[in-house]
Amino acid sequence: MTASTYDLAVEDVPAGPRRKLRITRATGLLLGLVGVIVITILSLRIGSLPISNQDAWGAIFNFNPDSYEQTVVRSLRVPRTVVGLAIGAALAVAGAVMQGVTRNPLADPFILGVSSGASFALVTAIYYFQLTQATQYVWFAFAGALAASTLVFLIGSTGRDGPTPVKLALAGVVVSAALSAWTSALLLLDEETYDIVRFWLAGSVINRDMNTFFLMLPFLLGAAGACVLLGHQLNVLSLGEETAQSLGMRTGRTRLICSLLVVVITGAAVAIAGPIGFVGLAVPHMVRTFVGADYRWILPTSFIYGAIFLVGADIVGRIVTRPAELEVGIVTALVGAPFMVFLARQKGGRPA
Amino acid sequence: MSVSTSSPDRRASRAPQRVTIRNGPLSLRVDPRVMILTLAGVALILFLALWAVSLGSYSMPFSEALAAVRGIGTEDQIFVVRTLRLPRIVCAILIGAGLAVAGALFQGVVRNPLVSPDIIGIDTGASLLAVFWIVTGQPAALLPIAAFAGAVTTAALIYALTWKGGVDTDRLILVGIGIGAAIGAGITFLTVKFPVEIVRPAEFWLMGSLTGSNWRDVTVLLVTVSVLVPGAAILARLLRTMQLGDDVTRGLGVPLERLRLGLIVVGCGLAAVAVSVAGPIAFVALMVPHVARMLTGPVSSGVMLFTATLGAIFLLSSDMIAQHALPVSLPVGAITAAVGAPYFLFLLFRNQTRV
Repeated sequence: MTASTYDLAVEDVPAGPRRKLRITRATGLLLGLVGVIVITILSLRIGSLPISNQDAWGAIFNFNPDSYEQTVVRSLRVPRTVVGLAIGAALAVAGAVMQGVTRNPLADPFILGVSSGASFALVTAIYYFQLTQATQYVWFAFAGALAASTLVFLIGSTGRDGPTPVKLALAGVVVSAALSAWTSALLLLDEETYDIVRFWLAGSVINRDMNTFFLMLPFLLGAAGACVLLGHQLNVLSLGEETAQSLGMRTGRTRLICSLLVVVITGAAVAIAGPIGFVGLAVPHMVRTFVGADYRWILPTSFIYGAIFLVGADIVGRIVTRPAELEVGIVTALVGAPFMVFLARQKGGRPA
Repeated sequence: MSVSTSSPDRRASRAPQRVTIRNGPLSLRVDPRVMILTLAGVALILFLALWAVSLGSYSMPFSEALAAVRGIGTEDQIFVVRTLRLPRIVCAILIGAGLAVAGALFQGVVRNPLVSPDIIGIDTGASLLAVFWIVTGQPAALLPIAAFAGAVTTAALIYALTWKGGVDTDRLILVGIGIGAAIGAGITFLTVKFPVEIVRPAEFWLMGSLTGSNWRDVTVLLVTVSVLVPGAAILARLLRTMQLGDDVTRGLGVPLERLRLGLIVVGCGLAAVAVSVAGPIAFVALMVPHVARMLTGPVSSGVMLFTATLGAIFLLSSDMIAQHALPVSLPVGAITAAVGAPYFLFLLFRNQTRV
């Protein structure tokens, strides 16, 4: 069912099914909140060193510096969990907003090349302009994300039929290919840099620089929060360009604001944890199965389930190759890419 | 044998005079402009190849290098020219031609100018197996076979997952991108799991490089390219029919799915052999068909051959730059990406090319 027909139809749904939908949505949201707590506890406990509930609890509320377990929790598990929660939530919202703005079920900051713009700019800034302070180089992530997304949309909109999902996805892949080729060429010349950067380029929440994280957190959560408030605008946009305009919306301005918010989220997420893909693709689609096509519900629910998804993926990455770990970006791609194939088969890439 | 000329109904200013050569049941329609450009391209390839033979850290004058090609000169000179330089030059020519034709075929089949084998995941499949081969220290001699197997398996997987009572081209692209991303995650996994000194050669291979090309590679390439490129040129006429859309093509009596499969097999074959020898060299397959279309016109047998020559020129000159023009020696893929990507984006902006 497409977003537009659903939203027009929702007013006509009889009271019974409407109440049922409202209950499903509320339950989904509540379950999500419970899920966040559960996944946080699991994330603190599971890993190459299993941690008991007492130690996890103690590390946070009653820290004993002599306990090895509590030190592990405090110095490793808590940071990666917090980073995972924040980035997962923000990326999922960014994906949902992109899907709404482009009316494209396959939109995701990673697929549309925004992430690779940010990573290319960061690698260039850090290793070629020798910027060492997070306060200096993070701005490059925003600039790179902005430039790449502009480029992708310009390329994807060429031709008579405008930006179709396929053209946008292809434009994203082509721009990513160009940027990552340049990134690897830069890195080929420098073995030491490559050794440091390859883990970050895989997309990882382990051993993140917490200064960068706290510097970026306001951007990440501010932009994600602003996006959550845009549900109504996205609902109107999803009715189509002409309908939205005739309803009095300045569609160009709305699109611009939404796109800038997505750029800020992606730039911040990449600066913290590297390019992590498919969160923004998979989570909003999963959420749609129980909240329907109303963006006022999709956005907050995606926010919550995105956090669960990313931390869950991180936990999976710790378990499957124990005692080694899989970078979270690898797990999300292995889960999300087949999901993309599934979507392509189901919808054939037609607009949402 | 008779020769007649015709002027098809294109814009009068650019209307090419086509020459039709008939001899009994055989007839050949030739666009003189395309033919002249192709011949000029071949001449340029020869010139570049001869120049490349005399370039390198073991310096020798042009005349001696030429003599060494024919087996005249000191033992060192003959070794350097015949064992090191010539196979690399021939590989560059054949791979460039093969990749460009593969790109033209894919862009024609899916009617989208942003497609090439490396974009829709086929090269990624080859890369996964090749990287696995390198980091786990398998015998290097079998590396091309592993890469070839990876490319073919991936192509078959993409085709199978796209099939839903027929192959929809948009679906083919999206499935390809999805599969490519999943396989890419596998490559990332291998590159972060192994120590950096083991991963570096793999990373080098991933850029696409002609270093270490030998006569065995040339043999494999020569056989494939000399069969598949003319095959592509013959199929170009049907490819042109396909540009009218699926329904019209079927209406004209063309067995669409079979033709599409045939074109994909030819394109994949060329891409797989190229990637097995040199790794995934970026942007040749994507960009060269655009330039060829810009210089000549919509796809036809002649244009297909011209695309092949242009691909050979592009890759050979990129490899010469990669080897000789820079202070550090880079894999050729770095050059094709550095030159190709900006130019490609510029082309897209400027003429929004249609196939």
